[in-house]
Parts: sequence; structure tokens; C-alpha cells
Amino acid sequence: MAIHTLAVLVENSPGVLARVASLFSRRGYNIDSLAVGPTENPKVSRMTIVLNLEGHALDQVSAQLFKLVNVIGISEMKDSDSLKREILLVKVANNAANKEVASKHKAVISDETTTTISIEAVGQSFEIEALLADLKPNEIRELVQSGLVALERGASTLADRTLSTMGTANESDPNSSTADYQN
Amino acid sequence: MSKMNGAQSLINALEAAGVDVMFGIPGGAILPAYDPIFDSKIRHILVRHEQGAGHAATGYAQATGRVGVCIATSGPGATNLVTPLADAQMDSVPIVAITGQVPSAAIGTDAFQEADIRGVTMPVTKHNYLITDPADIPRAIAEAFYIASTGRPGAVLVDIAKDALQKETTFNYPKNVSLAGYNPVVEPKQSAVLDAAALIAQSKKPVLYVGGGVIKANAAKELMQLAEITGVPVVTTLMARGAFPDSHKQHLGMPGMHGTVAAVTALQKADLLITLGARFDDRVTGKLSTFAPKAKIIHADIDPAEIGKNRHADVALVGDLKNILRALNPATKAALAKSAPDLTPWLNEVYGWRSKFPLGYDKPSDGSVSPQNVIERIGKISGPDTIFTAGVGQHQMWASQFIGYEKPRTWLNSGGLGTMGYAVPAAMGAKVGAPDTTVWAIDGDGCFQMTNQELVTCAINNIPIKVAVINNESLGMVRQWQTLFYNQRYSNTDLHSKRIPDFKLLAEAMGCVGLRCERPEDVDKTIEAAMEINDRPVVVDFNVHRDAMVWPMVAAGTSNDDITVARSMAPVWDSQEL
Ligand SMILES: Cc1ncc(C[n+]2csc(CCOP(=O)(O)OP(=O)(O)O)c2C)c(N)n1
Ligand SMILES: [Mg+2]
Repeated sequence: MAIHTLAVLVENSPGVLARVASLFSRRGYNIDSLAVGPTENPKVSRMTIVLNLEGHALDQVSAQLFKLVNVIGISEMKDSDSLKREILLVKVANNAANKEVASKHKAVISDETTTTISIEAVGQSFEIEALLADLKPNEIRELVQSGLVALERGASTLADRTLSTMGTANESDPNSSTADYQN
Repeated sequence: MSKMNGAQSLINALEAAGVDVMFGIPGGAILPAYDPIFDSKIRHILVRHEQGAGHAATGYAQATGRVGVCIATSGPGATNLVTPLADAQMDSVPIVAITGQVPSAAIGTDAFQEADIRGVTMPVTKHNYLITDPADIPRAIAEAFYIASTGRPGAVLVDIAKDALQKETTFNYPKNVSLAGYNPVVEPKQSAVLDAAALIAQSKKPVLYVGGGVIKANAAKELMQLAEITGVPVVTTLMARGAFPDSHKQHLGMPGMHGTVAAVTALQKADLLITLGARFDDRVTGKLSTFAPKAKIIHADIDPAEIGKNRHADVALVGDLKNILRALNPATKAALAKSAPDLTPWLNEVYGWRSKFPLGYDKPSDGSVSPQNVIERIGKISGPDTIFTAGVGQHQMWASQFIGYEKPRTWLNSGGLGTMGYAVPAAMGAKVGAPDTTVWAIDGDGCFQMTNQELVTCAINNIPIKVAVINNESLGMVRQWQTLFYNQRYSNTDLHSKRIPDFKLLAEAMGCVGLRCERPEDVDKTIEAAMEINDRPVVVDFNVHRDAMVWPMVAAGTSNDDITVARSMAPVWDSQEL
């Protein structure tokens, strides 16, 4: 088992999320999380897909994904060269211990009632996990997570690489391990 | 720019895409499109079932290399196309399906005859569209034809809401199509070409493993050049029969579950597979972990996702096979000029297997007709210019084994999906695309009962195909598995079809000539009689022995090393071959 994060630029067309989901389901790839939203280009949406791969090479997943007509570019977001963030919102009992957990993890209390507080945290996966580990499971009333989003460090952008080569056929090297597919 | 409705714009777009024929059935949601069809120069062939329309489009496409087109209404019309769409997609056949959809305001309300056909067909098409604005129709059609016919060909569906067909619009057909997310790689990397050539020049036991991609890329001539430059023996998969002449001295036949001993064994013992447009399908590889264990792999394919999917490739050549071979052939020639290994021991070995274990069959001892013999004789009498289609089952395997194919696009069958009912409508489509060519459907008595209604279409529209029903009164291939793996417990495989239906009468009722053959001595006469009939479709009911089996066989999930040439009979090897 290995966890990989893919950033996928897709055309902002109807059904594109269904196509991606259908492909993953059909080919038996496990999705840990999928976050999708608009980008700086109104015609393009970006998906961040966290995959738990067993037996399937990342290259194969990327190649299958890239066959979707609406997929414009794919890049693996490696831990070493990307920013990765998740949002956690969690509703817990209103007590000193839980407030203490929030402040220990530099999280914000965004809502408060006499019986509950809602903690808001933004961070890397391990930070979110650490915060959750400090909360007593039986005190968690409700919990929601955004799924991971990722952005490459440095000046280069996936969209730049994609747009700069758009329209020119660009052969991907199926034997290389970097799953970077653009047109 | 002149105003017209969306329906007229659709028909104009299909004309602009070069469509000359389409197969379909009208209904409420698609009805606006049928009005301009009435005046169009496109020939519309009214089929009797939408599945027939889809397979006809596929047969047309496989015979001609052009995009096949089918058209249906919403709901049940559209869902009846699901099987042929999946079939065409699996075998990489370029077809476009047009379906009517309920009016856009009704979409999502479970309206009468509403089916989310875009959702339904998403996993079985290369791409699909739902069009609700008439202005989008020409672009969607242009893109659909472009996507279906380029890269790895496939099935594309365009679903159009009824109001989009009715509303006024202007017609504006795009001159060229450019899609941000779709730019198939057609030229291989030169470095990979050189690597491949170098591997070929080092190999002592190479095999050319040829798949259907060679036919799709119209690269049979280039394949022949490579074969002759290298002298390497060739195997052609079920989808590639005809890509390389069966009569050629380097041809070992078909590999796979019912392949020849020579083809299967050559792959197993090879040190290099030069894989051209083939995809290491489980019916070829048998148990994957034991497939061609000593072989390095050169894998040439237009679809980068095929590289490494089932088997690691040592050299990957991504591109159009014609371009790949045009680059590889001179590179290989140059590499061989520097150093050419002596292939003689290997060739002696593989050609030895071929002469020692030829395909064959026993004539039934009870004097009944041998199905293999019927098929072999049809092939001989009709000759190598004939287009053959097949259903799925024993008759299909015999048709792939006992007919000699000399040319591409003369053998059409459902390889990937294994769709019973393919033969008759595909033959219809092939005959429409190649009206001057004799088209024989080799069909099973089971398959024939799934789609024979299209013989009515053939009779009415002057499409004189020939159908050989290989009537073993059973779902023979399933029965064979019951014989071998289920203790001869023949659960639900007896069709009783020597009694009911009467295929001869059925044929005649559908406006065809019906013939029957029950004795071995009548086989040639009956085929010759069928060959004489060219003004109507003809159906021959060949009553054959029911217990004939397809051999050789590699049982599903087992290793190619365990090929059997007859029941529980492994080939008897010379000791030095083991
Ligand atoms: C639509 C469909 N249903 C079921 C099957 C499973 N199947 C494969 S071969 C076969 C028997 C075909 O019988 P027939 O057409 O008489 O051919 P035969 O094997 O007897 O030559 C069946 C049922 C299939 N391939 N396709
Ligand atoms: Mg049968």
C-alpha cells in the first residue's frame, strides 16, 4: 500500500466528476479523498485525489485517468515539493479539556454554545491527525474534513506547463515514475 | 447564415462528417431528426432492433475502416444500444451513436422514456455528450467523429434533448477540432525505436505478437516488411486474423485459449515478444504470471495506458502503428546489418511444432456433419476475398481456426466483449460498406436466435448476406465447458434447435432463401448453392454433430504451458523440447 496525491486539471464540463469517479470505481482504485473546486481559469477545475494504491502502479492510474477526454493535465504532488493542507471542523463538548486541545494545536474555536464548541483547524494531515488523537472519541459530536488540497512549491504551476504545451502532442514516458501528464 | 432547427443542423453535421449510411429506429425523442433524414443524401437503414443498428455500425466500421453510425430514440432505444457500444469500445471500433433525449426541461424528472444514457454509457464509451443547446450540435458531432476515429478508436455517444432538435439555430460546422484534454500521440520516440531495433538484433528467439491494432492502423503492409526483414515468426490474435496472411511461411497461427500449439508454445519459449497493437488479454496470456516467462517485451500501441497494464514493457513504443513500423523497419534493418543472430535453431524448433501439431479435427464417427468441416469448406469455396463475421462460441473459434485469412478486414468478430448476436447485424453492416464483397456470417444456433431479425432488414433493403447456422442444437461452447469441468451435467445448454425453430422456414418467413444440410456429402453442394444466390440473403441450417469440441485448449486461469490438444491430452513433445 502506498499513498499518492495527484493534482488533476479537468475541463469544467458537466459529468466530469462522474467520469473520474466511474473510472476509479470500475478499475478498482481506492480513493482516500477527493477535493474539487474552481481554479484561476473559469474553464478549468482542479481535483486533488489522494489514492491508496495496492498492486496498481501510479503510472497506470495516471495513464487511465489521462485517457478521459476532459482531463487536461495530471501531476503527482510529492510531499517534498508541495504544500498540502486539510481543513477539519469538529464539534465537541464545551469543556476546558477540549478548549485546551484546541489551543495546544493552534486551532480556532469558531462556534460556541453552552454545551458544544466547534473547532476549526487547517494543517497538514499529520497535524489534523494529532489534534483528533487528543480529543476523546466519545466527546466528538460531529466531524467533517475537506480532503487534502495540494499546491506545488516554487514558481512553476501545473496550469502553466499544461497551457504552454496545449495542442502539441506530448508523449509521456510510460516507464518513468513521475506521473506528469499534460497535453 | 440561414436559420434551421437543431435537427437539420444535426443532419448537416453528419453529412459534413462524411456519413453515407446510418442504421437506426425512430421514436418520440429523436423524431425531429427523422424529418430531415427523409431528404438527406445519407442512407438510413431501418433496422428491427437497436442492438442490430449498433452491431451493423460496428461491422461497417470494421469492414471499411470508416466510422459506423447508429441512431435511436431515448429510453429503451438508447439502452438497447448499450451492448453494441460496449462491444465496439472493447474491440476499439470507431462508432458514433446518436440518441434522442427527453426535452431538457424534463431531464431528471423520470419523464416518459427517460434514461440517463450518458451516465449509463460512461464506462463503456470512449467519450459521450449530452446536448441541450442546439448551437452545440455541430461541434459535438465533429468532436464525436474525431474522438471515435483517432488515437485508439472507440465508441462515442451523442445524446440530444428533443427541444435542442426542435429549436431554431444556425449551422456552423467547425473546420478543425482541438480538444485541450485529447491529443493522441502518433509518432514514437526515436530513442525507443532504436532500443527496440537493438533488442530485436540481439534476440535469438523472437516472436511477432500481432494484435488488432495492426488492422486498425492499416499497417499490414508495414508488418509484412518487418516480418520479412527479420524472418521472425508471427502469431495473430483473434482480433488480428488477416493482418498477416495465413499462407505465409512465417505464420504460426493464433495464440491463446484456442490457439495453435505452435503459436502458444512459441510465445511461452520466446526470449522477445515484438508486440504490435495487442494488449496481453487474459485469453492470450492464460495465467499471467506464467506467460512468456523468459521474454523481454517490446510493446507498441497507440494507447499509453496499455503499456505495462498487464505485462511490464522493456521497450515502449507509443504511437500509430503505421508510423512506428515505418520507423522501426529501417532501424531494425540497420541493426541487423551490424549483427544478426542466427535464428535457424529457433525457426527449426517453432516450425517443427507447427508441422507436428497442426490444427485438425476428427470426422464424427456416426456419419453426421462435422462443424469444423462445414466452416473449412465455406472458407475454401468462398475464398480469401470474402468477409467473414462470427457469433460467439465454438463456431467462432472454428471460424478463426479453419478459415484461411489472407487480408485485413476480412475477419470480423466480437473478441473483447464476446457478444452473442454479433454475427448477423455485423454482416449486414459489412455488406453495406462493401456491397461487392461476399459476406458470410458464421453463426451459432444460439447466437442466431438473438439477432436474426435483422435478416428482415437485409431482405427489404437488398443486403444479400449469407448466413451459415452451425446448428449443434446447443450452446455448444458452454456445453464444452460442462463436458470438461462440470461432469457432463448439461444444465440449460440444450437448445433443441434441430426441432424448433425450423431455421429454413424462419429464413423464408424473413424473405431469405432457406437451405438445409444434414449429410456430409451435401456440404459442398449446399455451400455452392448458397454462393449462387446474390439477389437475397440466404441462410443455411447446417445440422452438425453436437459433441464436437474446440481444440487445442488452455483452460481458463491455467498456464499456457498446460495446453491440451484433445481431452486430457498434452502435446507429446520430443524430449529435447521439454
Ligand atoms: C449475450 C451473451 N450471453 C451469453 C454468453 C455466454 N456464451 C458464450 S458462448 C455461448 C454459447 C453460444 O451458443 P451457439 O451460438 O449455439 O454457439 P456454439 O458454441 O454452439 O457454436 C454462450 C451462451 C455470451 N457470450 N453472450
Ligand atoms: Mg450451438
